[in-house]
Amino acid sequence: MLAKRIIPCLDVRDGKVVKGVNFQGIKEVGDPVECAAEYDRQGADEIVFYDITASHEGRGVILDVVRETAKKVFVPLTVGGGIKTVDDIRDTLRAGADKVSVNSQAVQNPQLIKDGADIFGSQCICVGVDAKAVGENKWTVFINGGRIDMKIDLIDWVKQCEQLGAGEICLNSIDTDGVRGGFDLPMLKAVVDAVNIPVIASGGAGKLGDFAEAFLTTDCSAALAASLFHFRELTVGQVKEDCRSKGIIVR
Amino acid sequence: MIAIIDYGAGNIFSVKNALDHLGADSRLTADPEMLRCADGLILPGVGAFPWAARKLDASGLTGVIKEQAQKKPLLGICLGMQLLFEKSFEFEECEGLGLVKGYVDRIPEDDLIIPHMGWNKLEYTQSCPLFEGLGDDEYVYFVHSYKAFCPDEALFAYSEYGSRVPAVVGDGKHVFGCQFHPEKSGRTGLRILENFVRMCGEVR
Repeated sequence: MLAKRIIPCLDVRDGKVVKGVNFQGIKEVGDPVECAAEYDRQGADEIVFYDITASHEGRGVILDVVRETAKKVFVPLTVGGGIKTVDDIRDTLRAGADKVSVNSQAVQNPQLIKDGADIFGSQCICVGVDAKAVGENKWTVFINGGRIDMKIDLIDWVKQCEQLGAGEICLNSIDTDGVRGGFDLPMLKAVVDAVNIPVIASGGAGKLGDFAEAFLTTDCSAALAASLFHFRELTVGQVKEDCRSKGIIVR
Repeated sequence: MIAIIDYGAGNIFSVKNALDHLGADSRLTADPEMLRCADGLILPGVGAFPWAARKLDASGLTGVIKEQAQKKPLLGICLGMQLLFEKSFEFEECEGLGLVKGYVDRIPEDDLIIPHMGWNKLEYTQSCPLFEGLGDDEYVYFVHSYKAFCPDEALFAYSEYGSRVPAVVGDGKHVFGCQFHPEKSGRTGLRILENFVRMCGEVR
C-alpha cells in the first residue's frame, strides 16, 4: 500500500532558511542544506524548498541550495516560488529538484502547466493553490501569497490543472494557514473528490493529531507543514508514530 | 568504474550523486567503449518508453547494452527498468532490450490515482543480492504510470497498488531492474545501490 507522505517545507530567502515570527518581520533561522538533512534524518518523505527571494538576480542561489542538498539528501526534493517559465523549470530540475511547484504564475498563465508537463512529465509538475472560502462549500483561488482574489472557483481550477497535466496539487487554505487549528478539511475533501491526482494538504497544522485527522477524514496523499517542524515543536518521526498508531500507513 | 548510461533521459545526476555518496567510482557516459570497459552498468531514465528506446538506438547503445549485460551487472532504474523488457505498449507497441521476460503496459485499475507516486512497501518474492541488509518493512519511492507484466521467475519484489506492481525484476543472472528510484529512496535505496556497487566489485 502506498504510504501517506509527511512533507516539511522550508522557506528560503537568498539562500537562508527564514521564518516570519509572529507577523513581525522575517528572520534568518538556518542553513537550508542542514535543515533538509535533519528532516531527512527524521524520516521526511519529501522536502519542499519555497523560495521567497524577491529579486530575479537572486534566483541562482536557490539552485545552489538544491545542488548541495541533492548531494546529501536522497529523498525527493521540490522547489516552489518564483518559477515563471519553462526555462525556470528546466534549470530547477537540472539542479537536482525532482519536482517544481508553480502557483501564481500558473494561475496567470495556465499554459505553463501544460508546457511543463509535456516537456518534463506530469510527475514533476506540482501546482500550488492558495484558496479561501467565499461561501458555504465555495472557495476561490488567490495569488501573490493570498493577496489577490482571482475570482476563479477552486474546484474548476484544480480540475483544469489536472487536465493541463499537473501531476499533483498542493492545496493551501488561506483560512486555516497560520491559525494552527488543523487543516481545512471541507476544502481538502472537496478538492480530493474533484481530481484523480495526488493532493497535498497544507496550511493549518498546529498539533500532532492534525495530520492523522486529515488522512482519516479525506483521501489526501500527503500533508505539509513548515513552522511546526521548523521550531521543533514536533518532529516528522512523532507525526508518523501518531499516524501509525491510528492505523494510517506511513513509511 | 560503473557507467551510468547518459542518453538524455533525466535523473542521471541524482544517480551519480548517490554513487558519489557511496564512494563508488562512476561516470555519466554514452560512449560504447566506456560501457565495454565498465565493471557495471546503470540504465536510468524518466520519460516515455518509445522516445527512450529510439534514443538508445540512435546513440548506438542498444547492441552494446545487450552484449555487455551478458558479462557484467546491469541495473535499470524506473524507465530504465521498463526498457529491459521485451516490449512496451506506452503510446504504441515498441520493442525493448529483451533482457528480462515480460512487457510494459498502463497500470490497469481506473479507480487509482495515476501516477503511482510515493513510498510503497517492498514485498519480496525471491531472494536477490540487491536485498542484502534490508529488513521486512522497507519502503521505496515510486513515480510511474506504466508497470511491468512479467512471469514469476523474473519477479523478485513487488508493491501493492491496486494489484501487484513489479518493483524489482531480473533475469536471474546479471540483469536487475528497479521500478522505483533507489537514488530517491532514502537509506533503503542507498543500501540497494550499495549492494549493486558491491556486485560490480567496486566499493573502494
